[in-house]
Amino acid sequence: MSVLRIYVEGIGLWSPQLANFAALRDVLAGATPELPAARPAATTLPANERRRAPESVLLAIEAAGQAVTMSNRDAATLACVFASAHGDQAITDYMCATLARAPTELSPIRFHNSVHNAAVGYWTIATGCHAPSTSICAQAASFGAALLEAASQVVAEQHPVLLVCSDIAGCGPLRDVTGSTQPFGSALVLAPQAGASARARLDLEVTAGSTVDPLVEPLAGWRVATPSAAGLPLLALLAGTKNGRCQLAAAEALGLQVDVEHVT
Amino acid sequence: MPTFMTPLAVTAYTATSAMGCGLAAQLDALRHARSGLRPNDISTTPLDCWIGRVDGVEAIALPAALEAWDCRNNRLAWLGLNQDGFLQRVHAARARYGAGRIALLLGTSTASIDATEKAYRQLGPDGAFPDDMRRPAVHTPHSLAAFVAAALELDGPCLTISTACSSSAKVFASAERLIQLGLIDAAVVGGVDTLCDSVLFGFNALELVSTEPCRPFDAARSGISIGEAAGFALLERSDTAPDAPQLLGYGEASDAHHMSTPHPDGLGAELALNDALARAGLDAAQVDYINLHGTASRKNDEVEAALVGRAFPATTRASSTKGYTGHTLGAAGIVEATIALQAIEHGLVPGNLGGETPDPGCGPQFAWRNEHQRVDVALSNSFGFGGNNACLAFARAGFVA
Repeated sequence: MSVLRIYVEGIGLWSPQLANFAALRDVLAGATPELPAARPAATTLPANERRRAPESVLLAIEAAGQAVTMSNRDAATLACVFASAHGDQAITDYMCATLARAPTELSPIRFHNSVHNAAVGYWTIATGCHAPSTSICAQAASFGAALLEAASQVVAEQHPVLLVCSDIAGCGPLRDVTGSTQPFGSALVLAPQAGASARARLDLEVTAGSTVDPLVEPLAGWRVATPSAAGLPLLALLAGTKNGRCQLAAAEALGLQVDVEHVT
Repeated sequence: MPTFMTPLAVTAYTATSAMGCGLAAQLDALRHARSGLRPNDISTTPLDCWIGRVDGVEAIALPAALEAWDCRNNRLAWLGLNQDGFLQRVHAARARYGAGRIALLLGTSTASIDATEKAYRQLGPDGAFPDDMRRPAVHTPHSLAAFVAAALELDGPCLTISTACSSSAKVFASAERLIQLGLIDAAVVGGVDTLCDSVLFGFNALELVSTEPCRPFDAARSGISIGEAAGFALLERSDTAPDAPQLLGYGEASDAHHMSTPHPDGLGAELALNDALARAGLDAAQVDYINLHGTASRKNDEVEAALVGRAFPATTRASSTKGYTGHTLGAAGIVEATIALQAIEHGLVPGNLGGETPDPGCGPQFAWRNEHQRVDVALSNSFGFGGNNACLAFARAGFVA
């Protein structure tokens, strides 16, 4: 079985409890980090876009911006793999409710923001990025499937990739069905070689069956609250100092084993 | 620039659209220049436009074991999988390689939103989904790929790509990388999108929908007609099937310009084209046919016609087939890939249906009527909202660039 070897150069993170990756470190060390503002700052977006952008776009761009800053890469040069298990649930709720009531009143802006690739579209526009960009999902396995997609690009194309996986909370009647109760977004800048910014080396291998690692609280609770937090076992290893291994779901019946070795 | 790609064999493919179910119906419609468009008879509230509707989707019953996946999009997927012996070809590949060594990569923009729309029309007095609609796996954008994975009993990598109207072109690129890296031996790629209120009233709100059948590249074009479709292809290493047509290359790029209008100079489209040609090792002059994105929106067609005019000689023939199918959105990439493959197989350059008065921006490359000639190399362009561009390059079996 082939092993994909890639290097992590940047890490971004945002949830109502975690303003960034450093906050996850604090939580794991037993400290209580300062809570972030109510809305992700998403300063990569121009101010006028930031005011108009839906929450799903702000969340993805906040995590992406943090990761790219840490990597010291130029965002314009990075291929993008953005993932979201549910897309923008608030817009889905708005659209389905409006269509049920008065279909001809549907907002054109909210319709074009409803495409699953809205976040990566806004990101490429804001950063002037002409590199390949994609938007994917795989339900509860969205993070692992996106990591596999991103890693296969990094290794096959030998170019760095920005991976983002984010979901906002559910809204309206849809929330009961999706069971998503809180937002969570994370991002990684992944590279094919061990450059100056490399923080960790990842060896990825697909495995039959899809088991996932247990997590300590409060991380375990965060993972239950949204599919995009499925990357927490990997993020926790990256936040620590020890090398280790974690198991993520990459598909319904496919696992992704990740060996993490810190690069100093 | 990308490195030269080892071609892949397209060992099976199929398409179901308003042209009909399966490749024979598609070829017959193309040969007789017969559009599948009809006046809109599907939206829950009247909307004056034309649509590319697939007949008989309502009557499809999913197998009992798959009933929980029921919705229009998955019914259309099942209808599509049952054409051209595609299911049997996948079963044979599964027996040969193992279920875990075949990836399933599907593009969609609508997924099962038709079911979510329906649930919202039927909310109970408590404001919640009715019991028979409380099926979480259906109310997510991954519904299509998860359903098809269950239907085909595949256990390999399984991914939904949702980049609007380029979705089911980009699946070929992801499949090639996984095969190249040895993570899989084969991939089922494709896409399915269905007519539903979201897309009809959404594109209508953007003032992109025509009240007439769409007229790609016509000087008086007045917008798109929306369609639905399902299409699939099976990709394997070329050495396992030397007589099969080949995927020679692919290109992907971003406009970085606007969410719902293309770059005025076609920058992302041209980068994707150049990426595809470079991977395939092709000169533009070696391209016999391009199936264009050609939606019949004012801006897309203007930008794409200019790109064709500056990048290709007159011997390269070009047309949009949206006049046959309507714009099938997330399924457009795979449907038009199968038309490019049929152009190679049958020596048919389909005419650009609906272009009665060619836009003056269109060059001599445009095939306004059907042309019969040998086609060794065919490209397919797919562009989506968010400035997402993809280009695929296919070639006849045995063709070496």
